[in-house]
Amino acid sequence: MIASFADPGQKTAPAPFGHALVKAAQENDKIVGLTADLGKYTDMHIFAQAYPERFFQMGMAEQLLFGAAAGMAQTGLIPFASTYSVFAARRAYDFLCLDAAEPNLNVNIVGGLPGLTTGYGPSHQATEDMAIFRGMPNLTIVDPCDSVDIEQAVPQLAASEGPTYLRLLRGNVPTVLDEYGYTFELGKAKVLRDGADVVLVSSGLMTMRALQAAKDLAVHNVDVAVVHTPTIKPFDAETVLTEINTDRLIVTLENHTVIGGLFETVAAEVVKAGLGKRIVPIALPDEFLHAGALPTLHERYGLSLDRIINTVLSELEV
Amino acid sequence: MTLTSSIQSPEATAARTERVEAAAYRIRHYALNMGEVQGQGYVGQALGAAEMFAVVYADQLRYRAEDPEWEARDRFLLSTGHYAIGHYAALAEAGIVPVAELDSYGSDDSRLPMSGMSTYTPGMEISGGSLGHGLTIAVGTALGLRYQGSEARVYNFLSDGELDEGSTWEAAMGAHHHQLGNLTAMVDINALQADGKTDTVLRTEPVADKWAACGWFVQRVDGNDMGALLAAFDAAAAQAAPEGRPSVILCDTKVGRGVPLLENREKAHFMRIEEHEWQICREQLTAGYEGETK
Repeated sequence: MIASFADPGQKTAPAPFGHALVKAAQENDKIVGLTADLGKYTDMHIFAQAYPERFFQMGMAEQLLFGAAAGMAQTGLIPFASTYSVFAARRAYDFLCLDAAEPNLNVNIVGGLPGLTTGYGPSHQATEDMAIFRGMPNLTIVDPCDSVDIEQAVPQLAASEGPTYLRLLRGNVPTVLDEYGYTFELGKAKVLRDGADVVLVSSGLMTMRALQAAKDLAVHNVDVAVVHTPTIKPFDAETVLTEINTDRLIVTLENHTVIGGLFETVAAEVVKAGLGKRIVPIALPDEFLHAGALPTLHERYGLSLDRIINTVLSELEV
Repeated sequence: MTLTSSIQSPEATAARTERVEAAAYRIRHYALNMGEVQGQGYVGQALGAAEMFAVVYADQLRYRAEDPEWEARDRFLLSTGHYAIGHYAALAEAGIVPVAELDSYGSDDSRLPMSGMSTYTPGMEISGGSLGHGLTIAVGTALGLRYQGSEARVYNFLSDGELDEGSTWEAAMGAHHHQLGNLTAMVDINALQADGKTDTVLRTEPVADKWAACGWFVQRVDGNDMGALLAAFDAAAAQAAPEGRPSVILCDTKVGRGVPLLENREKAHFMRIEEHEWQICREQLTAGYEGETK
């Protein structure tokens, strides 16, 4: 049973990455898929079934996976290579950095289980993947919120030059952003709703929580804006700083350690712009997290809806 | 296409050997000249592997000197970026890099940095140097070429030190699994790495058995014996098939080969050579080459 962060009864789409890759591959015969013994667990199996001759199993060998992806890209192909984020970021960094990023090849890294999306413990929880990857020149980092983001991101990742990293949400992935007149644009942040009291700047699955929190906080007469920043690098500072440069409470929300992710990305832009704003981070703590049930862990580490609402209310001293 | 030795006359074989040996001599000469620019470097490895570079560029590889990115070219991947000095010499011998440009080796703004970088040098397919990368990339290159219907071959040059790296064995298994008959690996076995002799750093023998266990077509030769090298490459090509076994040619070489002054240096991995010694090296190289060819 794949752990899911979807709420009971929530609208979801099955394996949006796999289906989006098949669709992109229909239009571009240069697209190929690779995995390191995790095809079924990164939704790559959908592509493998549709295009068996364009799918390459590399075995549980992440260095080979990304070195080979770079080699394929050198021959003009557009590889999407999937594994878990921990193995891509921690185990194969040197191969991604030197083989794909330094020559700026179109290698697309697809990392399952980003941040806290499994209760398996630190071996599988990539709580620091963005911190690791943000330092890699040329690499584009995308932290999608839902199935809409993923479906729209995949063809744009294929079309963009240079390497990309997609923080993959897999299995039955919530569908949320369709209600907001939203389209994913690589490198762009989007204001999903406006609000007079609070601005939530979020990425990844935390945008889903931010939108729900905004609805619930309205009951408390708190008017909340939500800015979704699916591209972490290069970061759309212009859109985000425009929203931050007001008297509203600013909160960042990310499914990642508080070190080196969205909070520090936003904080750096604020300091560079000389805005002198206080930002409240909602993020995972700088520690190795416990194993356990995912809802319990999200509650414990502050990512649950209730914890977000409480954090905002206490900051507002309502 | 390469002619196999079985259909060559003895005269043709001798002429071929002589031609490639002359290329190896020039590669050594270029490497010494470049080494002098910096006063130090991996000169010993370039000298030791000169026959390997020469076989590839003067006999095996299909390329266009005026168009290093020609789509149908065979790929030569230098996994050991440290050996760049030898590769630059070979690229000069091949006419891909002008001989005069070798004088810029390792200097500011040069296209020839001390460690091989694909983004700097025409004809350099990958950025090596962090060891154990080349064969993984080669697997993808071979897969990508075959998938696109190309008949180009992929050659990957690695050193015995790289056999320490687990990624090499990931790639060895992957190449066999995917039946990459279009891939040939060549390993420079000089039995020496940064901290000392290979058998004291991390024992890699029996090397041939390990490759064979991974399903490769294995040959082990004296890498400084041109005749043996050519025969090994011919045999590798003869057994190659699009969905066949990858080949590895294990080449036992001697660091500093061809220059007696350097062959017996105790500190041979990264050589420091005195200013006055470079000319002696060149003279010893030429004397040895002419002695052998007379």
